[in-house]
Amino acid sequence: MKYVSEFRDKDRFNKLLQQIEQEADPSRDYHFMEFCGGHTHAIFRYGIAQRLPKHVEMVHGPGCPVCVMPSGRIDQAIALAHDPRVILCSYGDMLRVPGSGRNSLLKAKGEGADVRMVYSVMDALAIAEQNPEREVVFFAIGFETTTPPTALAIKTAQQRELKNFSVLCNHLLTPPAIRHILESPEVRELGTVSIDGFLGPSHVSTIIGCQPYQYFVEEYQKPVVVTGFEPVDLLQGILMLIRQHNQGIFEVENQYRRGVTELGNVKAQMLMAECFEMRTRFNWRGLGDIPYSALRIRSEFAEFDAELRFSLEEPVSREHKACQCGAILRGVKKPKDCKIFGKACTPETPVGPCMVSSEGACSAYYHFGPIEVQVVEK
Amino acid sequence: MCLAIPAQIVEIIDENSAKVALGSVTKEVTVTLIEEPQVGEYILIHAGFALNRIDPEEAQKTLELFDSIDLTEHLGKLA
Repeated sequence: MKYVSEFRDKDRFNKLLQQIEQEADPSRDYHFMEFCGGHTHAIFRYGIAQRLPKHVEMVHGPGCPVCVMPSGRIDQAIALAHDPRVILCSYGDMLRVPGSGRNSLLKAKGEGADVRMVYSVMDALAIAEQNPEREVVFFAIGFETTTPPTALAIKTAQQRELKNFSVLCNHLLTPPAIRHILESPEVRELGTVSIDGFLGPSHVSTIIGCQPYQYFVEEYQKPVVVTGFEPVDLLQGILMLIRQHNQGIFEVENQYRRGVTELGNVKAQMLMAECFEMRTRFNWRGLGDIPYSALRIRSEFAEFDAELRFSLEEPVSREHKACQCGAILRGVKKPKDCKIFGKACTPETPVGPCMVSSEGACSAYYHFGPIEVQVVEK
Repeated sequence: MCLAIPAQIVEIIDENSAKVALGSVTKEVTVTLIEEPQVGEYILIHAGFALNRIDPEEAQKTLELFDSIDLTEHLGKLA
């Protein structure tokens, strides 16, 4: 497929690996955080983690919306799904994620709740139009990539005067999460997590552009390279970070120029601004409360806000005591440091979200830790 | 969650939707977020929405950069 296979080319991949070995100074260590779960998955899937020089380490970040959703928010969705009036629509990613205890949307579906997996938020809108006697709630999750579609669905519902469609909004913002990591005591004081630079998420950046990362470069003196998800993209992004680190410079660079511009998709940004406003705080699994890090629906569209429509209160989250997802999301621990990894917690019986999501670090370690998928031949 | 895939526009249905080809599969997607989508262009698709178009010139430049990497260029620089 065009724009995929040429970025999975084996010769280019090997050449870049050689180049990284040439340029990574053996007298220093490199710790780069890939913020995005898509990068985490690709780094393991293509065996990049195992092939990088020993002193170039990738630290896995919290950029997986499934992994950082606190159990209380999932409990809210499950409770709504059990309401006989409600059809709860969700992206497939969230169905198996445990809320408090071992409940999940999939389990609720098995118990008779009307839970429907949708590919697009527009499918949820269509379900609302087809079922005027039912309340259709869309469980909206994701970073800036999935937010404009939700905004468009809310605006469309308003235009079509749909009275039975609402959104349980859990959209998150990437820049505050990166800032939170950089300001965490583990990074700032304790030195347990050392981060020399970031691979910036590419598809989030198609929407927000490169500009928001300028702040990290200036404030924290960490390089950021917005990087694509294909294996050759990833290696080039890592090489660009190594070069910046070697030269002692801190810049925002764009490796994924074919899809990301400086300003991003302005039309999408305007839609987001029109429908959403910042929450003063949002509780992230593993990271705790982060100020101004998530979105809620603006009062102009209050009739489509499921939190208001169903009088939902601020949820309380109770995470599994043995689960180390929180520390793993902060880059403080690795999956192998968790006592239940691969034992009580597997992809078939996940205890924590990092094992459920294919973009979670635990899932990546479980599936691809010791093995790797071959890069496509020319 | 945020993985988009490149697909080529094969038909514009109306201002909000288009048909795209993903390999041998054709799918209808929402193109409201794209300014003036054209048949033949490649766009990034995520959860049924086009997020942005792919710039063919920039893609070509990136590939040329990969292919122009000269391994001898940096030898000895770190010594």
